[in-house]
Amino acid sequence: MSNSKESNYDTQWPLWEVFTQPRDGKPHEHAGSLHAPDAEKALENARDVYARRKEAVNIWVVQTEDITASTPEDQGPFFDPANDKPYRYPKFYNPPRAVKKRS
Amino acid sequence: MSTKTKTLTKQEAFFEYLVRLADDRLILGHRLSEWCGHGPILEEDIALANVALDNIGHAASLYEYAAEVEGEDRHRDDIVYFRNDPEYKNLKMVELPKGDFGFTIARQFLFSAFSFFLYQGLAKADDEQFSGMAEKHLKEIKYHLRHSREWVLRLGDGTDESHQRMQDAFDGIWTFTGELFYMDEVDELLIDEGLGIDTSVFREDWKNLVTDVLEEATVTVPDFDQYMAEGGRKGLHTEHLGHLLAEMQHLRRSYPDAVWE
Repeated sequence: MSNSKESNYDTQWPLWEVFTQPRDGKPHEHAGSLHAPDAEKALENARDVYARRKEAVNIWVVQTEDITASTPEDQGPFFDPANDKPYRYPKFYNPPRAVKKRS
Repeated sequence: MSTKTKTLTKQEAFFEYLVRLADDRLILGHRLSEWCGHGPILEEDIALANVALDNIGHAASLYEYAAEVEGEDRHRDDIVYFRNDPEYKNLKMVELPKGDFGFTIARQFLFSAFSFFLYQGLAKADDEQFSGMAEKHLKEIKYHLRHSREWVLRLGDGTDESHQRMQDAFDGIWTFTGELFYMDEVDELLIDEGLGIDTSVFREDWKNLVTDVLEEATVTVPDFDQYMAEGGRKGLHTEHLGHLLAEMQHLRRSYPDAVWE
């Protein structure tokens, strides 16, 4: 009895993120997300939704809640410091003439 | 029926054999397509539509080859849209209404498990075009088996309601499972020619696979030796096939000369 009431309350399965490898040796790329009750069904759903027409040779699925992501508030502290330290980029330095000639 | 026993040629038998295989897959594909837009959840809706398309695709190749074997310049669409239900040779199992999701899954599992063994044999048939077709389709059949098997396990060993629905589904369809292994003079002739498969060879393997999965799913395995319904291979169908064909054939029969523009 309580079961049916609970399932009326929320019928959504957990959300999973899908990563597909387009071909051997290439890195996996984020393809999208989907709902599934568990990992095996998430793999099957990923195959049907994102890889049915030979788009992939391998699939990873991971439950969305298991991903730790940086937040928008992290943007400043995480990514800005590099902006005022241009010497971190290789282009900051002028290579010696001798090196330029060789390339 | 004039084409029986001694009058049956290899060509006639091969045509009949291909049409039987194709009819099973077309009718099952049509039943699965009825889920499109009605699946229990978006992802499963897509999955069932994919399985439907695979089955209709397998049927299309088989009909095309059947028409070629027949050699009377018929198009595969002529075979599909202009035969009445007594001329359809599919198993009764595949024409039954789609029922609830549990029934659709139970049927898919039993049928895919059977096809899995059958197509391993057909992939070695003594005819390059036929065996190549079977080998190609076998890949998709393996996926259908995996998909339906995983659902049987989850629903059978799920909630009280899902368990009861799976049990009811298997109990209800069981009387139609014996026909999977039906064989007659068509099969006998083709087995001798290396084109057909003696299905009794893998009957035990099929039973074992089904038993293992149902037991793991905590579903009580019905009696394999109970009364079994037959007739589909001779064109004797349940009332459901006529309704299915009426819907499937209506447009083509109303506008027989219509073309895609």
